[in-house]
Amino acid sequence: MNSIEIKNLNVKIEDQSILKDLCLTIPKGEVHAIMGPNGSGKSTLSKVLAGHPDYEVISGSAKMDETELLGLEPDEISREGLFLAFQYPVEVPGVSIANFIRAALQARLPKGDSIKAVDYYKKLYSKMESLGIDKTFTSRSMNEGFSGGEKKRCEILQMSMLEPKYCILDETDSGLDIDALRVVSEGVNSMKNSGRGILVITHYQRLLEYIVPDKVHVMWDGKIVRTGDKNLAIELEKNGYDWIKNEAVVA
Amino acid sequence: MIKPSNIEIDREKGNFHYPTSSYAFDAGIGLSAEVIKYISEVKNEENWVLDHRLKALSIFEKKPMPTHWASKDLENIDFDVIRYYLAQGQQPSRTWDEVPDDIKETFERLGIPEQERKFLAGVEAQFDSEAAYSRMKEDLEKEGVIFVGPTEGLKDHPEIFRKWFGKVIPSSDNKFSALNSAVFSGGSFIYVPPGVKLAQPLQAYFRINAENFGQFERTLIIADEGSEITYMEGCTAPKFETSTLHSAVVELVALKGSKIQYITVQNWSNNVYNLVTKRAIAEENAEVRWIDCNIGSKLTMKYPGVVLKGRKSRGEVLSIALANDGQHQDTGAKMIHSASETSSNVIAKSISIGNGRSSYRGLVQIPGHLKNCKNNTECDALLINSESQTDTYPAIAVKGDDNSVQHEASVSKVSAEQIFYMQQRGLSEAEAMSMYVNGFVNDLIREFPMEYSVELKRLIDLEMEGSVG
Ligand SMILES: Nc1ncnc2c1ncn2[C@@H]1O[C@H](COP(=O)(O)OP(=O)(O)OP(=O)(O)O)[C@@H](O)[C@H]1O
Ligand SMILES: [Mg+2]
Repeated sequence: MNSIEIKNLNVKIEDQSILKDLCLTIPKGEVHAIMGPNGSGKSTLSKVLAGHPDYEVISGSAKMDETELLGLEPDEISREGLFLAFQYPVEVPGVSIANFIRAALQARLPKGDSIKAVDYYKKLYSKMESLGIDKTFTSRSMNEGFSGGEKKRCEILQMSMLEPKYCILDETDSGLDIDALRVVSEGVNSMKNSGRGILVITHYQRLLEYIVPDKVHVMWDGKIVRTGDKNLAIELEKNGYDWIKNEAVVA
Repeated sequence: MIKPSNIEIDREKGNFHYPTSSYAFDAGIGLSAEVIKYISEVKNEENWVLDHRLKALSIFEKKPMPTHWASKDLENIDFDVIRYYLAQGQQPSRTWDEVPDDIKETFERLGIPEQERKFLAGVEAQFDSEAAYSRMKEDLEKEGVIFVGPTEGLKDHPEIFRKWFGKVIPSSDNKFSALNSAVFSGGSFIYVPPGVKLAQPLQAYFRINAENFGQFERTLIIADEGSEITYMEGCTAPKFETSTLHSAVVELVALKGSKIQYITVQNWSNNVYNLVTKRAIAEENAEVRWIDCNIGSKLTMKYPGVVLKGRKSRGEVLSIALANDGQHQDTGAKMIHSASETSSNVIAKSISIGNGRSSYRGLVQIPGHLKNCKNNTECDALLINSESQTDTYPAIAVKGDDNSVQHEASVSKVSAEQIFYMQQRGLSEAEAMSMYVNGFVNDLIREFPMEYSVELKRLIDLEMEGSVG
């Protein structure tokens, strides 16, 4: 089994149901997109998969390859190979990007092994260059005082350094200017390969012109109500969500 | 969620204890004039030193406990059960080979001989009341640098040390400076001749080994005109059932144009009362910098100060305090400006974990008749869970239009979202916490000599490992 496979996932927060019998499969080698109105549960899904402690999983399963993710600690899930690019990246004052990513890589090594500084910086600088991040950023504190777009680039930088098996990008395109959107998309595209599954959460069809999805899912009120190819995104852009809502109610 | 700590902190590095063969010199239990006479006799001191001690004892007996402004916890110190002087009768050895095996083993485990080889100009290693080892590079000796204990200092070099001994911090300064002045033993007396600049630090390491013991070292550093010195001290003690008292007095004298940097990284076990008085006098154009890292202990009360006595002198305190469960770090700084064009800088960072408590107590004095004095004070507190407590008592008394002070204080918390973010990148909760704490103190640590910042980072990691569960 080479996929993230989510089955009948029900999740609550503060006694309110957010995800309702959600089913979704993201195979390795494919790019999937989730679109859906504000508050439909997209970020919740990404955080639950990443092991966020605030959400209460009522039932269901979420397997990544052979591993059940539900119930694992966030750091275990990360080291298993799931990366989440946050919708709202968090500041870590006083911790430089270089040290932060290095610690994250170090956490993946067996005890006693350590990272070769020269190789590490070589790789870091080359990734930064391709993402259009200035070298001076290595010594800046994680996300502190970063512009919206800089934060998003920094998420992709971490992703490309950690080389996860599965990536979830939660609205990475929001807040990016046109050039940044292209650069970041190229960064994501360069990571596409047969051994990696990618899920992008977005509100805009435009991103999907750069990162072309194999499948597009529509999320509504805590579940996937429709799945199609990239044309579904174009349709949504044109007609909004109302027609889907009507269908969902009928169904 | 960040859980309050319920595990006892394993301060591995210092927490071990080799049984020590009997002490040849033991002043017994409790404090009296007899005990003091015994100590003085063992040390073969001159009469004036004994008189000084006895006078200090009567001051100590008269002074009340300073519980009214600090912690009631001080009342739990029972002066009658403490042993005030314990020594094996050793003269400080000049080579590690001559140090008795059990003591040598202790310091080897603490990494002292290794540090000495790597980056130090001289080391003194104190075991309970007396130094077991003391050595300084020969070229420094030739240049006239003196690095000895107080007994030797007062006996062999009275012309240098007697003038300043007890002058920066008189016995009557506070109850614990009086206690130290009565029973002091061990510590460093250092003199750096004019113009001599030490390229490498001198280090003292203070080790408490015996239970129910009080360690009262006394340090006096005199930097003569235009000289420079960095002095570092480290401290540990094993975890005993009963509490232990560490009460030092440290006096620094920075003469015209000299520089003294005094670095402390203490890592006391959880039942040490650490009540230390530290003060410096800075003459014209001199610079004194205290770097003070307080990790561990049950209660620490320590407020390094600088009396800015000469024009254009500068004083600085950079301090980091980490109060884990059950600990109280009551630390701060005192800047007494008594000449024009003097400047002082205080940056204090505290971290409180579990029900640990950190307080900052500052004092900045600039009288109105002085001109162009400056102080900058910055206190940042980090709380690691809601039980933690932090208080700030800045006490700034600044007069005169030509003087300026700046005071900033902040309190921050580690949020669950920050920990989740770091964990999402693969760091365990404990690793995430130590990374956060290291980030919090990072701009200060950058000011430290490399070897000490590495050591401090390691201590923080250890502390965080034990406190997250
Ligand atoms: N920690 C929380 N506490 C209370 N409610 C929450 C919490 N997290 C999510 N919710 C609620 O769950 C619902 C789904 O939120 P979620 O962030 O998953 O939506 P989303 O689809 O990502 O929306 P957007 O497109 O605006 O990013 C919302 O109604 C939100 O208010
Ligand atoms: Mg969202």
